[in-house]
Amino acid sequence: MSWTWFHKLASPPHAYRILGTIAPWFGWASLALILLATWWGLVKAPADYQQGDGFRILYVHAPSAWMSMFTYVVMAVAAGVGLIWRIKLAHAAAAACAPIGASFTFLALATGSIWGKPMWGTWWVWDARLTSELLLLFLYLGYMALRASFDDPQRADRASAVLALVGVINVPIIHYSVEWWSTLHQPASVTKFDKPSIDLAMLIPLFIMIVGFQLYFGWAVSRRLRGEILRRERNANWLKEAA
Amino acid sequence: MAFDGAVFEAREINAWRGDRHILRDVSFSVRPGEFLKVTGPNGVGKTTLLRVICGLLPAETGELSWRGQSIRGRRDEFNFELGHLGHLNSLKGDLTARENLKFLAGLRTTLTAETIDSTLDRVGILSRGDLPARSLSAGQKRRLALARLLLADAALWILDEPVTNLDTAGIRLVEELIVDHVEQGGLAIAAAHQRLLDDAPCLRRLELEP
Amino acid sequence: MSAVRTPTLAAARLVFQRDMTLAWRRWDEVAQPLIFYVVVTTMFPLATTPDLSALREIGGGVVWVAALLASLLALESLFRADVEDGTTEQWVLSGQPLGYLLLAKVAAHWVLTGLPLVIMSPIVGTGLGLPTSVWGVLMFSLLLGTGTLSILGGIGAALTVGVRRGSVLLSLLVLPLAMPLLIFGSRAVTMQMDGDSPAGPLQLLAAIFFMALSLGPLAMSAAIRISVEN
Repeated sequence: MSWTWFHKLASPPHAYRILGTIAPWFGWASLALILLATWWGLVKAPADYQQGDGFRILYVHAPSAWMSMFTYVVMAVAAGVGLIWRIKLAHAAAAACAPIGASFTFLALATGSIWGKPMWGTWWVWDARLTSELLLLFLYLGYMALRASFDDPQRADRASAVLALVGVINVPIIHYSVEWWSTLHQPASVTKFDKPSIDLAMLIPLFIMIVGFQLYFGWAVSRRLRGEILRRERNANWLKEAA
Repeated sequence: MAFDGAVFEAREINAWRGDRHILRDVSFSVRPGEFLKVTGPNGVGKTTLLRVICGLLPAETGELSWRGQSIRGRRDEFNFELGHLGHLNSLKGDLTARENLKFLAGLRTTLTAETIDSTLDRVGILSRGDLPARSLSAGQKRRLALARLLLADAALWILDEPVTNLDTAGIRLVEELIVDHVEQGGLAIAAAHQRLLDDAPCLRRLELEP
Repeated sequence: MSAVRTPTLAAARLVFQRDMTLAWRRWDEVAQPLIFYVVVTTMFPLATTPDLSALREIGGGVVWVAALLASLLALESLFRADVEDGTTEQWVLSGQPLGYLLLAKVAAHWVLTGLPLVIMSPIVGTGLGLPTSVWGVLMFSLLLGTGTLSILGGIGAALTVGVRRGSVLLSLLVLPLAMPLLIFGSRAVTMQMDGDSPAGPLQLLAAIFFMALSLGPLAMSAAIRISVEN
């Protein structure tokens, strides 16, 4: 089987061009979907009979929480590909993912905490979901700190890739252990985030929002990855020719 | 000790250090009985080349082969036949000279007290065998590192500035050791900017250019 | 001279033996984490209350947190000296599987720092009001927990060996990964104290330990190879 197409795709000039082409598509589509879901969620969907309008922050919280995990997995897969097949573009993609993932995690924590105030009367509860997100934020911060502490970008790439892989094996263990810990210490009713009996009218905007967030991720990664490519290839000939 | 067919070959090695493209299409081969001296001004990439050969630094492109086969995927086998003397002596100051050899050279080959003693004798520091490496002089430490190299019993020697810190007698010792090694059919590659075996028949040169 | 290649197990034993010999000559460094452990656990009664029945509530957790911090503290310099003097370089080139050599080093380190913490834990626990009935669970959970942490910390130490301010970074990398150990370990102690069977969390700790044991050497050797590149 020929891998030339793959290597061509993974070559920096090519990737740079393609990302430049697709980024606006991601960008506009995500903007449209997020606006649609916002309108749907804030205006059209009915208020929750228990939580009133407060529940509507779920439309930001749940997609952020989902994207924070999703981004970590994408980052770890990219890092693994970079480590095993020595593809620089994959390392660059992992580097591009980390701040985006950390932002999603932060957003999930912030919205969860804002939601907590009317729900539980405090800004923070040691809820399983929030605690998992907090630990995930630590993982992201550790990854970025390790990456930043190397002067040589190639060593930074590979060292942080090892960490991302160790981390991604740990994420389910951390997640499970926190769930277990939480059920031992608190009654199950508190975990209202994943209520099974959610109304369909509330669910549709949620799904639209998740798709919108995914597209936003595509846009943000494309943009950041282009930046990474420029930074890494600043001495390469194709860039000098293009400039 | 014979190393028939033990040819080492490097083809079109390219390596970067950060942003600097240091090695550009470096190709050479070394045969049994040959000593390859890598020369060139400071910063030209002598150490980089030696570290690439050892696999301590990744090469961007290029192929290394040993005994006619690419070493890709056979690093451990190749490493076992490779003896490396770097800038660092890889010694523990708290361990005696004998213990240093036992714990480091012993990882490769099974050693007896006699082989350790005869090797220490060969490099001229037998009387220092039970002193902590910390208390040895810089030259004696280098000799101890040479003893480790000898005990590795490797076919291919990679020596980075082997005569650093050595006196005239020490330099002569290194020259003798290299000549003995290649006369038994071994191979040696050294980076050196001093005189080292400059008139020996086994010498070949690889001049790296900036 | 005809060379007999050293079997991998013998090579790993040499690494272990070497670190024991070195530690014997630098025993003061070995004692430091243990002292740290005792000092940290002393802080809790002083900061909260000397009432043993109140301390008992958090005793298991305190012992666990202190043990994790103490063994992490000791891990910071695990590979530093060996990387700086070129020993790890020779390990990489020894023709032996690097992961096993590093695992042997971590094992020696655990025997020197982790095991004393485990042995000391009943004394420390008594000071925090833990009853003798939990000694067994406390020690067993710490045995598994410090073992896993040594491997996780070994990966972290191998990654941070060449970087500036490695010690803070090491904690930042390893502590989040160690949270499950803390959860299961301290919970096992509490369950035993409450009269529940701690088998569940202990089995989970054991499972995590064996996973770390099987995957850890792979990650450590990858990390060390990156660290010797300079």
